[in-house]
Amino acid sequence: MNPSENADDSRPGVSRRSVLGGGAAVAVAVPLLVTGAGAEAAPVAEVASADLVPIKVEVNGKPVSVRVDPRTTLLDTLREELELTGTKKGCDRGQCGACTVHVDGRRVLSCLTLAATVDEREVTTIEGLARGDRLHPMQQAFIERDGLQCGFCTPGQIMSAVGMVHEGHANSDDEIRERMSGNICRCSCYPFIVDAIRDAQKVMR
Amino acid sequence: MRAYTFTQPRSVREAVAHAGEGAAFLAGGTTLVDLMKLDVMAPTRVVDINRLPLRGIKLDPDGLHIGALERMSDVAVDRNVRRDYPMIAQALELSASAQLRNMASIGGNLLQRTRCGYFRDVTTPCNKREPGSGCSALTRINRTHAILGTSDDCVATHPSDLAVALVALGTDVHLATAQGTRTVPLDTFYALPGSTPHVENVLRPGELVTGITVPRSMWAANSVYLKIRDRQSYEFALASAAVAFEWRGRTIKQARIAVGGVGTTPWPLPAVERALAGQPATADTFEAAVSTAADGARPLSQNAFKRELLRRTLVRAFTVLAESR
Ligand SMILES: Cc1cc2nc3c(=O)[nH]c(=O)nc-3n(C[C@H](O)[C@H](O)[C@H](O)COP(=O)(O)OP(=O)(O)OC[C@H]3O[C@@H](n4cnc5c(N)ncnc54)[C@H](O)[C@@H]3O)c2cc1C
Ligand code: SF4
Ligand code: FES
Ligand code: FES
Repeated sequence: MNPSENADDSRPGVSRRSVLGGGAAVAVAVPLLVTGAGAEAAPVAEVASADLVPIKVEVNGKPVSVRVDPRTTLLDTLREELELTGTKKGCDRGQCGACTVHVDGRRVLSCLTLAATVDEREVTTIEGLARGDRLHPMQQAFIERDGLQCGFCTPGQIMSAVGMVHEGHANSDDEIRERMSGNICRCSCYPFIVDAIRDAQKVMR
Repeated sequence: MRAYTFTQPRSVREAVAHAGEGAAFLAGGTTLVDLMKLDVMAPTRVVDINRLPLRGIKLDPDGLHIGALERMSDVAVDRNVRRDYPMIAQALELSASAQLRNMASIGGNLLQRTRCGYFRDVTTPCNKREPGSGCSALTRINRTHAILGTSDDCVATHPSDLAVALVALGTDVHLATAQGTRTVPLDTFYALPGSTPHVENVLRPGELVTGITVPRSMWAANSVYLKIRDRQSYEFALASAAVAFEWRGRTIKQARIAVGGVGTTPWPLPAVERALAGQPATADTFEAAVSTAADGARPLSQNAFKRELLRRTLVRAFTVLAESR
């Protein structure tokens, strides 16, 4: 859907606080709920119209305009709103690295980034790395070196690894291990991940 | 997450006008967003300060000036920081992960909250989160907690590595409110828990950290930050030492020392500094100097090992510094 369709659905005067009554968390971006039928649809729409923050972001090279709840993370916006589900939600607490994306070229955790703060910035996700059918050298190296088992951590590993190479800090296996320590792999593919990064880093230079 | 109003001011004046009781500034969000999701922090207003002009890493005759919104990763690679204040770069690079360091700001780092598991879990009593509810850590899991500066109401460590290095170097913190600006030495900025562990520092409601100044000195360039933890990377300190020596030949003319992972605030050790002053840099000097390091410690059921770990961490830091001379 195009979230901006809801842009002028404005019904001022209803605060979100009074509607939600405190504690309940709305994890997904609100506009998605607006189309849902049922008793909740009306109040949520009012919540949405009261306080949504409009943002313009370039996502994988394409300009995108969305209206987000100020509580919504970049991770949930990418997955739920923009349907870019390559970026994974592991811990949702900044501890595992599965949600790593690039904002203005820097690797960051999308689960601790509020979507409202990326207005007018560039976001690159795992979906934005390949050029057509040609995989990014890091993606290719992860396949060739078997740097994954279940694959859940892999998009985060690859985005983090590309960021690290751009930072200029992939010069030895020790350095790779240290600078990749924010990306946890539950399948423990660490040795092959280091191999893949060592290979890709030579091609990327 | 609770609802809040959200603003993105462009000037300090606007930002402090939006702030106050119930409001929280948002910098990198790596503490605030995490704790809002856990319902540990529940501001009714969030003021995104990332558009404020609080940037810059500048060296001048007074020292090193760092804007509150500079990111940990950018400060760590700054040439002047690495050359003249190596322990700051080391403390930063030994903190968190590369992604978190790209996000997290210097101001936010100084104001990060404790990692005590009970503080982060709203289903358990915690005086820091909910004054008067009790301290779960006193009788439960407390292996990583503090041994220095604790009270019967809270034994949580201050988790920042950077703050330990900055306390050792005599850093000033610059603050602003709608009423004006002031400067506070970092070593008087943090509050001991006492009977009010929810009061963590001298910040007034709505007060903004605008930057820090680390003075020039004869010792900052000869400094080291050593961090001991349960795994080699991506973990908070069990014990850490920020140590700087001014040399006169083979003698330590004077020393500056603070330790982390063991105190409820970044913990300076003036007695150990005095014991090193004027002494030759030998193993005997080091052993004698650290004998008082854990004086006043109040170990809990699981963390008595931190007394000896603290002394060993210090001796190793001294040795590294002496060998790198
Ligand atoms: C998994 C993980 C591991 C970590 N490991 C380490 C580690 O090993 N060592 C370490 O030192 N840290 C570690 N951290 C903590 C991290 O360094 C802090 O979360 C970070 O520095 C906070 O900075 P921020 O800009 O993201 O702050 P925010 O989350 O934006 O803010 C933190 C607090 O400070 C307030 N605030 C922010 N800026 C200002 C300002 N300018 N003026 C007034 N108030 C302000 C906010 O309102 C909030 O209360 C870790 C964090 C995570 C999630
Ligand atoms: S140590 Fe402090 S933060 Fe932890 S449970 Fe006790 S009061 Fe809370
Ligand atoms: S999902 Fe973001 S770090 Fe785990
Ligand atoms: S491949 Fe399964 S978690 Fe890394």
